[in-house]
Amino acid sequence: MTAPVLEVRAISKSFPGVKALDNVSFEIRKGEVVGLIGENGAGKSTLLKILNGVYQADEGAILIDGQQVTVDSPRHAFDSGIAMVFQEQSVLNTLTVAENIFLGREQEFVRFGLISRRAMNAAARKELAKVHLDTDPATPCARLTFAQRQMVEIAKALSLDTRIDKHITILLDEPTSVLESREVDLLFSIVRDLRDRASVVFISHRLEEVLELCDRIYVMRDGKIVAETPAKGTTVKELHTHMVGRQLHHEYYRESRQAKPGDTVVLEAKGLARHGAFSDVSFALRKGEVLGVAGVIGSGREDLARCLAGHLSPDAGTLSLKGKPVRLRGPGDAVSNGIGLVPAERKVEGLVGPFSVSENMTLPALSRFAPSGVIRFAEENETARGWIKRLNIKTPSTETMVGSLSGGNQQKVVLAKWRVAGVDVLILDHPTRGIDVGAKEDVYELIRDMTADGLAIVLLGDTLDEVIGVSSRILVMRDGKVQAQFDAPAAAKPTQVEIVGHMV
Amino acid sequence: MTAGSARTSASAERLRQWAPLLVLAGLCVLIGFFNTNFYSFGNLVRLLNSAAIPIVLCMGATFIILMGSIDLSVEGVVALCAVIASLLVANDVNQVAIGLAAVPVALALGGAMGFANGWLHIKLKTPSFMTTLGMGFVGLGIATAILAGLTVRISDQTFRYLSLGRVFGIPMAVWIALASFIVAYVIQERTRFGRWIYAIGTDEVTARQAGIPIERTRILAFTLAGVFAGMAGVLAAAQFGQGCALIANGRLFTTVAAIVVGGTALSGGVGSVVNSVIGVLIVVVLANGMVLMGIQPYVQQGVQGLLIIAAVALALDRSRLAVVK
Repeated sequence: MTAPVLEVRAISKSFPGVKALDNVSFEIRKGEVVGLIGENGAGKSTLLKILNGVYQADEGAILIDGQQVTVDSPRHAFDSGIAMVFQEQSVLNTLTVAENIFLGREQEFVRFGLISRRAMNAAARKELAKVHLDTDPATPCARLTFAQRQMVEIAKALSLDTRIDKHITILLDEPTSVLESREVDLLFSIVRDLRDRASVVFISHRLEEVLELCDRIYVMRDGKIVAETPAKGTTVKELHTHMVGRQLHHEYYRESRQAKPGDTVVLEAKGLARHGAFSDVSFALRKGEVLGVAGVIGSGREDLARCLAGHLSPDAGTLSLKGKPVRLRGPGDAVSNGIGLVPAERKVEGLVGPFSVSENMTLPALSRFAPSGVIRFAEENETARGWIKRLNIKTPSTETMVGSLSGGNQQKVVLAKWRVAGVDVLILDHPTRGIDVGAKEDVYELIRDMTADGLAIVLLGDTLDEVIGVSSRILVMRDGKVQAQFDAPAAAKPTQVEIVGHMV
Repeated sequence: MTAGSARTSASAERLRQWAPLLVLAGLCVLIGFFNTNFYSFGNLVRLLNSAAIPIVLCMGATFIILMGSIDLSVEGVVALCAVIASLLVANDVNQVAIGLAAVPVALALGGAMGFANGWLHIKLKTPSFMTTLGMGFVGLGIATAILAGLTVRISDQTFRYLSLGRVFGIPMAVWIALASFIVAYVIQERTRFGRWIYAIGTDEVTARQAGIPIERTRILAFTLAGVFAGMAGVLAAAQFGQGCALIANGRLFTTVAAIVVGGTALSGGVGSVVNSVIGVLIVVVLANGMVLMGIQPYVQQGVQGLLIIAAVALALDRSRLAVVK
């Protein structure tokens, strides 16, 4: 067994009110790919940020090649051979690809105080070749697709390889959550190629991927490492059990509670089209139904969802609500017609961070709580308390700022908001993105509750598995067109293979 | 994002890039149509001359706006530097007469005020908006107090040559503005400092993670803006042959207007000193054209105000903008 290149010894880190890391020890050997999994809030990102010098540990030590080091800034980490690919993309759209790759390290291209563009672009071209990204390094990153920018981000981390003469460690914080399967395969092959030069720490919520890519897996829970296991011979189920500390519900998507759709058509689209996004989309959404929309980035499903919620307007086609044609002139129009949107960017579009839980919940329906123009706080709080209890939202009080809740609880507040507003149709855009397994199950439970109450739901799932598991009917989109429709009753779900064929 | 919308936004982006230049060309054609004097050599020189000081000011201020900050101290810095410079050269108030050595003193003073802007803004974590607004009043206050509201008359002809002297028939002020532009352009395009300004303006958190010294870069940018404002003060004093607190009146509006009209985004990260030069020319050509067409001065101001709003409205990428504050 080779000696560890990077070792973390008994590290602890506290933030006000929470012990994020508790006596964590962890090691990475030469050429090893180590998986790090755990629910959100388990401490994975904190650990990575300590390794990358964004945070400093309160106690414990970091050793590189057996030598104790202090890593007090990302720059310092980089010089010590540790590079990180952040969960939130850190590519700057206003700079070019080359400028992004060498951001903060322009010094080596500076001659007489001036940067040599040619030298920088040439060096960038070499880094891009490593990730098989065939892009001119002088392209502004704003022109790239989301996945391409992720590759630039990865190229930036890999550039460490040629910059320093040490064994390097690359920290990948959920790099695949935004990639499509082809790109994930590419990333994996890049990581495998790297093995003789680098070690990799890989964080992902997709446990299948962790099992596929990693040699060894650490499982974290509540700031501690609760298990360490070789990937070989481990199953997803075992990992789940370690993560949540209990047996995983055998019915992950609550299929048995899947409601039989009613006969009433709530929302109907006929020949809906938006230039450059999608065309000729027709469907009928019935009461109690979950319509899943599957498709890769660029399939047009995001824009379709935005059109249904009034955030964008379609160029052609009609939309009818309960049989009456409607034109949605904006999100406000959609809300008053009974359509709500739970956006993927929860923090940006779903919630008002500095507002309290109760203020967020009553926002779209505020006039109901203020019939004379003055808000009746007692009534507002009463309603909020009811939903907190009903949805099992973990919050100290109705007055807590929603920004301080965990991702899963924030998502429940968003859902409660639309229940308070009394919508008939809810559009869920990646409702479980970035929330932990336990909270995901809660969200599935809530979806079943809502359909049981007669709501109709349009779901853009985070994974295909989720779309299949949750939906009662599935619309498959590719290049802006509906390719296929599948019925997905609880007892006879279509398989991933059947659907993927229509997606790509 | 779909491929289709990426394409449309790319062409929209190209249009936005060229819009300021098209507006400038359109204005020139329009004004020339009404008054052929517009194209006379004399008028073109007059145009460039009135563009000189705003261009110098905009070179520094563009960097501040590219960082997503704002520098409202422009008038205070210009006024104080102009007053101090006028008191250091031969004048009718005191006996001091250090000649052109007054120029580096004024630049250093401007730099010091800019440094104070940046240092206070960073160390006290006060928004640049308030810090620079305060600093501007401090500068105006000192300038007024030193002279007790009077005006210094400059008798140093060498100093006045900095603005009025002509090389190849073009005023010295224009050459100085050109030199300022070249310096600023090289800083923007070819130095780490220039890159870092764009990085900070786009996303400060990411820039910090990349190891960029945010504080130092910000303070340096404000200092640089102060130096350019100091130069503008020198040019103003040389042009009018006097120093007084009112010498900078209206400079702030012109500066911000020109930068915004040129297409630099107030949100930071997008724009260029090249855009700012075009912006200055638009503002100056418009003003000149309105004079040629005999439009009343107050109406002219109103038109400039509308122009800014129109420019901001035109420059915004609405597809990415959900919230307006």
